[in-house]
Amino acid sequence: MINYIFKRLIGLVPTLLGITIITFTVIHLAPGKPTDLQTQLNPKVSLQARERMEKLYGLDKPLHIQYINWIKKLIKFDFGRSFIDDRKVSTKIKERIPITLGINILSMLLILGIAVPIGVASAIKEGSLFDRSATVFVFIGFATPTFWLALLLMSYFGVRLGWLPISGIRSLEFEYFSLLQKILDISWHLILPVFVSSFGALAGISRYMRTNMISVLGKDYIRTAKAKGLTETQVYYKHALKNAMLPIITILGLSIPGLIGGSVIFETIFAIPGMGRLFFTSVMARDYPVIMGILTIGAVLTLVGNLLADIAYSYIDPRIRYK
Amino acid sequence: MFKNKLTLTGIIIVGILMIVATLAPFIATHNPEDINLQEALLSPSSEHILGTDQLGRDVFSRMVYGARISLSIGFIAVGIAVLIGIILGSIAGYYGGKTDTLIMRFVDIMLCFPSFFLILAVIAITEPGISNIMIIIGLTSWMGTARLIRAEVLTLKQREFVEASKVSGGSDFWILTRHLIPNGIGPVLVSATLGIAAAILVESSLSFLGLGVQPPTPSWGNILAGGKATLGVAWWLSVFPGLAILITVLGYNLLGEGIREYFRHR
Repeated sequence: MINYIFKRLIGLVPTLLGITIITFTVIHLAPGKPTDLQTQLNPKVSLQARERMEKLYGLDKPLHIQYINWIKKLIKFDFGRSFIDDRKVSTKIKERIPITLGINILSMLLILGIAVPIGVASAIKEGSLFDRSATVFVFIGFATPTFWLALLLMSYFGVRLGWLPISGIRSLEFEYFSLLQKILDISWHLILPVFVSSFGALAGISRYMRTNMISVLGKDYIRTAKAKGLTETQVYYKHALKNAMLPIITILGLSIPGLIGGSVIFETIFAIPGMGRLFFTSVMARDYPVIMGILTIGAVLTLVGNLLADIAYSYIDPRIRYK
Repeated sequence: MFKNKLTLTGIIIVGILMIVATLAPFIATHNPEDINLQEALLSPSSEHILGTDQLGRDVFSRMVYGARISLSIGFIAVGIAVLIGIILGSIAGYYGGKTDTLIMRFVDIMLCFPSFFLILAVIAITEPGISNIMIIIGLTSWMGTARLIRAEVLTLKQREFVEASKVSGGSDFWILTRHLIPNGIGPVLVSATLGIAAAILVESSLSFLGLGVQPPTPSWGNILAGGKATLGVAWWLSVFPGLAILITVLGYNLLGEGIREYFRHR
């Protein structure tokens, strides 16, 4: 097991390097310079000031030198300073990450809690009315634009009925609340965002669960289990479910980039101060150090998520380790 | 039977959309860019079937022309993605070895990036606009196709007809383009159909955030973005474009699943 993890970790190094190269290339090969917004659009900035600024950010050096300098800092988790408020990019991201990760983890739990039972029930009663309505629901869920759903829910439950808060993650009086009230307050604010962010994946994973379960139910060992007289519950939930659940781990790992990417949309709509919203505001302000920092972190989070999924999988299914 | 019905629904939706997009000038009841402030934010009526927006433009006509934009972005973005995917995937599968490792490593790395982040970052640097969006979505969504075609090429290249072609002097290029790619195109067709749906969703999200298709050019996403501010007073501005996106994406997904079933049973 340790061997396997070690091997996987070594394998990450080239991928990490690749992530940094792509991030760097995307930002630097595009036309225009990162300092354009501050200099070109501002007629008061003289040529000298512009050169000074380029020197400050090291933009006067050849590209490969810039890349190496960036990497050298990156190893120390130094992403440079934001163009906008001159704060450290790493600090800015660190403040925001827990919120985005927290919401994504809650979404994943919600997805698992709802999608797996739906998928299993559909598979057991394949072709039934329930299965067919679930299929239709899945297709509609897949097709629903998240931002639209967010907008409609917000206007109905938030504005029309006034049941749920529509922005931020805490109330104004948050400071004066007791611990329990604080927890309730945050959960209250998170209901809509978490629901919206899990909605799309919900459909996909329940569909996937159904397919898995159907294929497992057709296996010989299920017939054996039935033949030796086990009850349906035992066959379905002890033998079939466990085996059908396995690939879900990988799928959850694979859905991480989608969830993180989607955070831009729901965090912007619900005004949640997470990494997605920081990314969006940085993109609008062309705050390059922050954009590069979040791109790198986003990719690394995906990498780590996939690694954890693989490790979990190989822990449960030893065949993977020896392949 | 139920599956056939779903596929049929998909075909009908996609068919109607294509017709609407092609015949947009004949279907639209008004000029989609005509501003008339006296008629701003009118609710749906016989004159304006789906109402008007904050500048008094006819929402129905804007949505009809929006279908053109959404569909062409979907098609061209997917075209770019499929082209890149087929080239890189077939080369990786056919030549194997170091070439394969290198290309597939690149695919793995690209898959690490939350693609919406990558798209936003590139748009931040370049200008938002229809052609940029097509290219950027295409450049960030070819990885699935590459994996599929590589897998197909890997199994196909061991078949007799490929050997035969090689023995009779077929060049690598000939074998790839005449034997391997055409025979392995099935799964790509499925993923391309689903990809159109995905690209339309991405475009509408971008336009909703104000980084996609720029007004006055209508797109379902930017009509919705306009509706965000007036949701309390003008529900039709957000409900209809959203429904249009939902139905379109649904149609392409159903069609894609249908094609998948077709290839499975062939």
